[in-house]
Amino acid sequence: MADFLHDGWGVFIALVVPLSIAACGWLAWSTSRVRVAREPDGSVGTTGHVWDGDLAELNNPLPRWWLYLFYLTCIFALLYLLLYPGLGRYQGLLGWSSTQQYGDEVAAMDETVAPLFAEYLGRPIADVALDPEANAMGERLFLTYCSQCHGSTAAGGRSFPNLTDDDWLGAGTPDYIKTTILNGRQALMPSMAAAIGGGESVDDVAHYVLSLSDSVHDAEAAARGEAKFAVCAACHGANGEGLAAVGAPNLTDDVWLYGGSLDSVKHAIDNGLDNHMPGFGDLLGEGKAHVLAAWVWGLSNVPAEGAGQPSAPAVDRPMIAD
Amino acid sequence: MNASHETIVPEQDLLLELRRKVYPRSVSGVFARWRWTMVWLTQLVFYGLPWLSWPPLAGSWGEGGRQAVLFDLGARKFYLLGIVLYPQDFVYLTLLLLIAALSLFLFTTVAGRVWCGYACPQTVYTEIFLWIERRIEGERGRRMALDAEPWSAKKVRMKAAKQAAWIAVALWTGITFVGYFTPIRTLMHELATFTLTPWELFWIGFYAFATWGNAGFLREQVCKYMCPYARFQGVMFDRDTWVVTYDPGRGEPRGRSVKRGAALPPSAPLGDCIDCGLCVQVCPTDIDIRDGQQYECIGCAACIDACDKVMDKVGRPRGLIRYDTLRGLEMAAPTPAGRSGAGATVATASVASRWRTLLRARVLVYSAVLLAICGASTLGIATRSPVKLDVVRDRGALLREVKNGVIENVYRLQVTNGVERARRFVIGADGLPGLGIDSAPEFEVAGTERRSVGVRLRAPPDAGEAGSNRIRISVRALDDPDAVATSGATFFLPDTRGSR
Repeated sequence: MADFLHDGWGVFIALVVPLSIAACGWLAWSTSRVRVAREPDGSVGTTGHVWDGDLAELNNPLPRWWLYLFYLTCIFALLYLLLYPGLGRYQGLLGWSSTQQYGDEVAAMDETVAPLFAEYLGRPIADVALDPEANAMGERLFLTYCSQCHGSTAAGGRSFPNLTDDDWLGAGTPDYIKTTILNGRQALMPSMAAAIGGGESVDDVAHYVLSLSDSVHDAEAAARGEAKFAVCAACHGANGEGLAAVGAPNLTDDVWLYGGSLDSVKHAIDNGLDNHMPGFGDLLGEGKAHVLAAWVWGLSNVPAEGAGQPSAPAVDRPMIAD
Repeated sequence: MNASHETIVPEQDLLLELRRKVYPRSVSGVFARWRWTMVWLTQLVFYGLPWLSWPPLAGSWGEGGRQAVLFDLGARKFYLLGIVLYPQDFVYLTLLLLIAALSLFLFTTVAGRVWCGYACPQTVYTEIFLWIERRIEGERGRRMALDAEPWSAKKVRMKAAKQAAWIAVALWTGITFVGYFTPIRTLMHELATFTLTPWELFWIGFYAFATWGNAGFLREQVCKYMCPYARFQGVMFDRDTWVVTYDPGRGEPRGRSVKRGAALPPSAPLGDCIDCGLCVQVCPTDIDIRDGQQYECIGCAACIDACDKVMDKVGRPRGLIRYDTLRGLEMAAPTPAGRSGAGATVATASVASRWRTLLRARVLVYSAVLLAICGASTLGIATRSPVKLDVVRDRGALLREVKNGVIENVYRLQVTNGVERARRFVIGADGLPGLGIDSAPEFEVAGTERRSVGVRLRAPPDAGEAGSNRIRISVRALDDPDAVATSGATFFLPDTRGSR
């Protein structure tokens, strides 16, 4: 596709194309001047060729309006090349480009929806979360921009947070959600292996961590690990309940963003964690982020209405608790 | 004969000839009546259908009903009386096109170009426009004289009146056509309040222009040079196809009665053709059927009607030009001046020849295939499921482990409710032991609408193979257990070998 880069090709096209169009027009004109003789009895003559002994081809005249239509196409082609880009680097009298057209369409759309989003921006997120139309918009926005990582029901997966529960790594307030959407998030846990003492100590601390949430663990190892947990408490808190200010998770609950098995916990302690959500501020703008934040916040803060009502979002809340 | 705008040098022609305008003389008779019956029938249907409502006799369209035949392109719903078709039902359009094609082949191979001569919109609208032209400008001779006249107040008046009438018919045709895509009563309202949308305006103008151009000016140029049917209909004929044909055995040598017996020796009596030229004057494509079978002949049988009347006047039997098979024509032996047995307009061929026409292999095959496809289409539409389901599984995260090692897979169901009232549905899933639905299983979809519903399925980690497992997801209407749609899907279980 990107082979013919030399500017010389543009010159080649700019010469050959108009010449060809003119040549076709001339060819049609010159052949229209040709006269053919009729048979002596006045009937239409043949082309002169004979096949298979007696098969001949009549040379009936064609309608003149075909010729006029053809001239019209030649004129159209030349006009088109005058108005639009097509010959080398010539931009055309109309100055049209596909990127410009796209930009115009995006600008027109933004202008059309600006009042809609302006109205929502003027209301607090918690209020917008109760609006059925905003909810429908929020769900569509979510499915378009967020579902690829967070899942189409917002329940997430390994290293993609579950947005339907009450468990937040940070404040979990509407503004926190909106800031996350606009600017992204960086999750960083340093490797703690060296600080703890490496090897078997990591194993002990892992068991202790599991014991905090009453998950299956080795009691003896957990007892040994409790003492070594002190360095972890700096972020995760003395009783492991987490610190929203630094985004350190609560280790005493059932929510395991990176896996809750022994191996997963050991891996986190050994290697640390580096998770990143990109910011969507440039792509979405504040209006859409506002509506999205309202919908996401509503997943865990606004009770689902009856599924039969048309205003209920199609993401249905679990009937069975985790 | 025909008015010519170019003097043809007898010895030499240009390869591109100027078109000679055709002034068909008016004709009446059996086949002209058939043609006008088809004009009335087809146009009654075309102009009338958009005005029908569904349910029938439904009053205002807001609450009570809707337009009976409507192709709502924007919403992608196609209403045919009580049936609603969606893009997923595209196969029925294909079957309809097959039926149309096979029907065309069938009746063309039996009776020649009956579509062209009696039912084609080009013929129908040309007839209507010609009728208007005759009413305003007069019969063939007067029209030719008017065109040859210099411009005068009278000529301007007549031409303007004709154009006004043509444009009115063309516009109404354009509006009706667009009325199949936007409800025509809405169109009427928008017309009255000057609020037509740009695209509506464009398409009304486009179809009006096409109607006016094709029926007012192009006429036989479409048949001769633009229409593909004209070219391949000839391929569908054979010696047993009924075609409009002149009987040279009976008609030749042609000559006027005034010359009978006078200039020619008695041993060469004249045929029935008196060379009045009426068959050429009434022909809409400006051919002489006496030259034999030609691709320009659209099979309108105007020449038959004209010639029969002349034959009546000169006391000869009808059928000098008639519908006949080429084989039948050969079998009608040439007789001494003018008597060829039966005097009917229809073929004088033997009974055996007629049956041969209908019992040809191609007729039987076309009929059988046509019947089969009609049956299949009817059965298909009658047994369509009123629910449509497509399962789109999440791909970003194939699976998720929740409490106690249970594995969750997430899907989005695209459910289309095919009937015209709201319905509640319930989701079902099976294919793995212990497979359960974690999200709300019931939901409602408005009439003819499509809804995207999120589904979370959960299964124990040992319910199946590591990797993908085939399962089935179903959506069933609560008020009708037979209204169900099922789709296959996959459920992913983790590969537990050596992973975290």
